[in-house]
Amino acid sequence: MKIVINDATIVTSTGVFRKNLLIKDGRIVRIESVKIRSTNADCFIEDKNLLVFPGFIDMHVHLREPGYEYKEDIASGLKAAFNGGFVGVACMANTNPVNDNATVTNFIKCKADSLGLPVSVYPIAAITKGLMGENLVEMGELKEAGAVAFSDDGMPVSNADILRRAMEYADSFGMPVICHSEEPTLSKYGVMNEGRVSTLLGLKGIPKEAEILGIYKDLCIARLTNARVHIAHVSTKEGITLIRKAKKEGIKVTCETCPHYFTLTEEAMLGYNSYAKVNPPLRTEDDVEAIKQALADGTIDVIASDHAPHHKDEKEIEIDKAAFGMIGLETMVPLTLELVRQGVIDFKDMAEKLSRKPHQILGLKPPTIKVGEEAVLTIVNPTEEWLLNEENIASKSKNTPFLGARLVGKAKYIVKKGELFEI
Amino acid sequence: MEDNNFSWKRKHLTGLYDLTVEEISFILKTAEAFEEVLKRDVKKVPTLRGKSVLTLFYEPSTRTRTSFEMAAKILSADTINVSVATSSVTKGETLKDTIKNFQTMGIDAIVIRHQSSGAAEFVSKFAKLSIINGGDGWHEHPTQALLDLLTIKEYKKAISGLKVAIVGDVLHSRVARSNLFALKKLDNEVRFVGPKTFVPEYFKDFGAVVCHSIEDGLEDADVVMMLRIQKERMGKGFYPTEREYAQFFGLNKNTIKFAKPDAIIMHPGPVNRGLEISSDILDGERSVVLSQVSKGVAVRMAVLYLLLTGGDVEDSNK
Repeated sequence: MKIVINDATIVTSTGVFRKNLLIKDGRIVRIESVKIRSTNADCFIEDKNLLVFPGFIDMHVHLREPGYEYKEDIASGLKAAFNGGFVGVACMANTNPVNDNATVTNFIKCKADSLGLPVSVYPIAAITKGLMGENLVEMGELKEAGAVAFSDDGMPVSNADILRRAMEYADSFGMPVICHSEEPTLSKYGVMNEGRVSTLLGLKGIPKEAEILGIYKDLCIARLTNARVHIAHVSTKEGITLIRKAKKEGIKVTCETCPHYFTLTEEAMLGYNSYAKVNPPLRTEDDVEAIKQALADGTIDVIASDHAPHHKDEKEIEIDKAAFGMIGLETMVPLTLELVRQGVIDFKDMAEKLSRKPHQILGLKPPTIKVGEEAVLTIVNPTEEWLLNEENIASKSKNTPFLGARLVGKAKYIVKKGELFEI
Repeated sequence: MEDNNFSWKRKHLTGLYDLTVEEISFILKTAEAFEEVLKRDVKKVPTLRGKSVLTLFYEPSTRTRTSFEMAAKILSADTINVSVATSSVTKGETLKDTIKNFQTMGIDAIVIRHQSSGAAEFVSKFAKLSIINGGDGWHEHPTQALLDLLTIKEYKKAISGLKVAIVGDVLHSRVARSNLFALKKLDNEVRFVGPKTFVPEYFKDFGAVVCHSIEDGLEDADVVMMLRIQKERMGKGFYPTEREYAQFFGLNKNTIKFAKPDAIIMHPGPVNRGLEISSDILDGERSVVLSQVSKGVAVRMAVLYLLLTGGDVEDSNK
């Protein structure tokens, strides 16, 4: 199989350059300034609007299978990932049964492999059995089965000693622990960010301090253990400040935020909009600005979606009973491109945060665009305008506050395993 | 209803936050007209004949439900009461399905009380019939605030330029929010008074003056509105004991001295005698608590009438 991509802008973590690419049998064989002849090419693209990125990965996704197939299953989740331009996803462990043993990890991997989609699945196993915060999972065996990290996402490990031992034990296997940083006694029964809007709507607030305390605790344990820790979905200005300081001190911490935390504020909850109900909750303009700053200065390493599918019946109810979470695989590329248009980050940063860093954190080889390397690419049209509606969402669930929004930018192709896949 | 330039447009009443001053004044004016009907020997007008009003209460209620039912009956509407304890809700039916079923039966208006903030607004988004908020969680209780305004108007001969102290568990109070929104629109000073656990600073964003001492809060007040203290909040750290709450934040013959001598004392009920208010004050001459209750019927008649007819039906009996 021979693929020729001419006149495209190639973006990597280190540079942006207009080149012409030849891919043969899955490898990049030529990167040239002169156009490559399309004769004999099986696939040929020539479009100067396109950006060629190293393949994107979303390191925070809920695929819901096994157990919650009415929300999403591995097939629909991977179609959504493909649709969004991802060559890989890391899926969280809060399935039913919980992914706390090699059998579940194997099941997820086998199921994904059988689909023939160009999206790899990297299971994240639980930290503790049943996400109960008590007994450690068999981390060695889970690593051998293909788990890439450990996380009790959604159910933060509250016992600091267990968390300490988890980080130490995981680090012995070179595996990172992903922390959902939250102090649950402060956030219990909360519906949205505590502040002006929660006061207006009469909803129980979740103070920022629930996240700040959680991050502080997780960073303390990371310092104690000298283990590698990744903080999921950071939403607060103060949380960012703590992480920035920890990085300076040499604590082995990385972190992510999600597009909704740099795109929306608590105002999105007005009118009791359950589609904007997420955990951690949407914060204020001040936090959004701090997150953008942290994306720009590199404090935030990764943009991940926290793709959290929920059935309509779990959203079209009273707001305090509605489930937390929104889908995000299919809106991540346009919402991140918006940051580039705003001048917050550039295309290189986008390659860094959607490809190189998340691969690295999960212990995976980041795809690179170099002669001789395997071709794993996400090809994006950054200016294409499109309308997000229920029909063009591949995910089984449609729970996103961006429904009906005009988005700019779309992933158009994926190159993987020697083939060109049109999205 | 001498204001001929104003026409009522709303189909639902979910809160006072979105209402204009004109709309609030129009409801009050309409309610005052209905107060005349209530003074008659035969308390019945045919205004809503052939209309049906359903009260759907997910929380217990004495005053609100009874006065809505009475208001509807005086206007000749048919009334149906649904208690959640005896309905399909206990079988797991969703709120949306419940409302849609009543809609299919041809009900014209539903008065809903629900423990979830936003419940009334949520159902109003898909309901084709009129939705009246009879209290949703901590959010709003619009007809309570309207009857409070009507009571204040009668006793103070004004509903603007007053100093109104609202004392107690403001955080969890839909009555406090609805009163705040309406009283601020009408240019009153609204003070929220109570310990910091009950009176968060965020209310300042909506024009409230926040006070954590009853002496400061009541100083020079024209109206003192006491809120019910829910006893289950004690175990959650909001206040240590009833004894201490009554001592520092309760209204009694010592603390009432800080208000104006002609200040009126209000309470939406039900009252915890001896906790937020002492019996001598509640039963005293400055208490207008029972007047509030009597205004409730007229206000709810006005709301039903406006939402169900748009104020268009000429009623010869008025």
